[in-house]
Amino acid sequence: MADVKKVATRESYGNALKELAEEFPDLVVLDADLAAATKTGIFKKAYPDRHIDCGIAESNMMGVAAGLSLTGKIPFCSSFAMFAAGRAFEQVRNSIGYPHLNVKIGATHAGITVGEDGASHQCNEDIALMRTIPGMVVMCPADDVEAKAAVRAALEHEGPVYIRFGRAAVPVINDRPDYKFEIGKGTVLREGKDVTIVATGICVDSALGAAEKLAAEGISAEVINICTIKPLDEDIIVASAKKTGKVVTVEEHSVIGGLGSAVCDTLCAKCPTPVRKIGMQDVFGESGSAGELVKKYGLDADGVYKVVKEFV
Amino acid sequence: MDNLELKKHANDVRKGIVTATHAAKCGHPGGSLSSADLYTFLYFEEMNIDPKNPAKEDRDRFVLSKGHTAPGLYSALAYRGFFPVEDLKTLRHLGSYLQGHPNMHIPGVDMASGSLGQGISAAAGMALGAKLGNKDFRVYTLLGDGELEEGQVWEAAMFSGFRKLDNLCVIVDNNGLQIDGPIDQVCSPYPIDKKFEAFNFHVINVDAHDFDALRNAFKEAKETKGMPTAIIMHSLKGKGVSFMEGSVDWHGKAPNDEEYAVAMADLAKIDEELAKEGN
Repeated sequence: MADVKKVATRESYGNALKELAEEFPDLVVLDADLAAATKTGIFKKAYPDRHIDCGIAESNMMGVAAGLSLTGKIPFCSSFAMFAAGRAFEQVRNSIGYPHLNVKIGATHAGITVGEDGASHQCNEDIALMRTIPGMVVMCPADDVEAKAAVRAALEHEGPVYIRFGRAAVPVINDRPDYKFEIGKGTVLREGKDVTIVATGICVDSALGAAEKLAAEGISAEVINICTIKPLDEDIIVASAKKTGKVVTVEEHSVIGGLGSAVCDTLCAKCPTPVRKIGMQDVFGESGSAGELVKKYGLDADGVYKVVKEFV
Repeated sequence: MDNLELKKHANDVRKGIVTATHAAKCGHPGGSLSSADLYTFLYFEEMNIDPKNPAKEDRDRFVLSKGHTAPGLYSALAYRGFFPVEDLKTLRHLGSYLQGHPNMHIPGVDMASGSLGQGISAAAGMALGAKLGNKDFRVYTLLGDGELEEGQVWEAAMFSGFRKLDNLCVIVDNNGLQIDGPIDQVCSPYPIDKKFEAFNFHVINVDAHDFDALRNAFKEAKETKGMPTAIIMHSLKGKGVSFMEGSVDWHGKAPNDEEYAVAMADLAKIDEELAKEGN
């Protein structure tokens, strides 16, 4: 596994915007002075007239996107997750969600892998915030392939969509010929019978790594990749929970309100099952390299392995 | 349209405001009444709209950034023929499409609003969309003067001035009163005109209740190229209803049965005067 290709999903996002620009002539891209970091700069370079830098004013950017969508444009607006979902939450709710406008939000630098910038910029709350908005689609792609597919799916979807991208390069795990993407559909990446690991975003790779280690010890873990947290693929989760009887969720996000909570909501109602939630345990992050932080907060393969091992 | 006709329509719009808030037993009559002449002017003269085809593509757009004065907008839309005037009595009632603040399910409403400071951004986006799409419609948005305390207003103003959105017209209803009292005693946004000028707007001060002045202002706005226009409209809160005029108490309170009768009598008196003016 030494030569695994690694790409940051923000990079995939910028590339996808550029690649889809001709096919979607109404696509316009908005940014809030972070085009270089969010990678919408890739689009800007190719289509300068369709890139609107709103300056450091995320709240206004969301409103401008709303207005643009009402004239037939399909705006993708970008900032760091902290500012797109956090600072501008109420604008997203009232100016985009409530009127159910065709606005897409591409939020980068989500979670603790923002790294050295520290807790002020590490948004571990965006999934929770966005999934409470009626009609909002919430996605968290695991790798380059899925990130690009999610951008396309968002453009094809009519209505508001939030996609979460990461800063750090992550392994490409979905590069296979039969790969298909559909909003609201999860994927069983590895079949198992003793425990189900449901993961999203960069933690999917951690879950696969953990399953490998567990297998060596005779524990058979099923790994499910959930890119769309809302609407959640309830069937795939319930079917797996029925089979294994134990579920572990893994996300680079607070364990309050994110994937873990969404999975629990479903299981409580449809298939009560013991669950362990791996994620940020109601704490803020801190400065450090992405790798160090993922390890410290137990989001790497080793961290997932330890929780699952103790659980089963 | 001649001024007398506009005045008659405006008085109807005021009756609709009083009737709707009375029926709702809540709502915001004060700021609706101060803007009633403006709504009337926009929907009966200024804007390119079609009540029979509210979504027609080349229509001018209006965003009510001060969304709480929905009764005024709804009343103007109803009297202009977008939906039955009778429906105004269902304002804020369970099951009614006339929600407490504008939403997308109301014929003639171009944007949901109500959370202050947000409508102007959407209006700026629409104006930019028109430019990008080479469409020649204009975009109007009405803000309260208290609303100017919201930071987002100035984000949007900076954006609109910088982008030279000359198809955007921002109107400020400067009635001087907000919920907690006179705006210059709560957190003064004055000087309003100089602020917009500093954000690269063409600024026009106007009497909100003088149709000639409004007509001239909107003409000047249309002729202004290379920058958006801000029309600062000096108005009287509660205008037309004796006991509501200039009173902060009527910002967000509905008239009871007795007050409703007095208010409607006030407006009937105006009707009589207008009838005399016509003879």
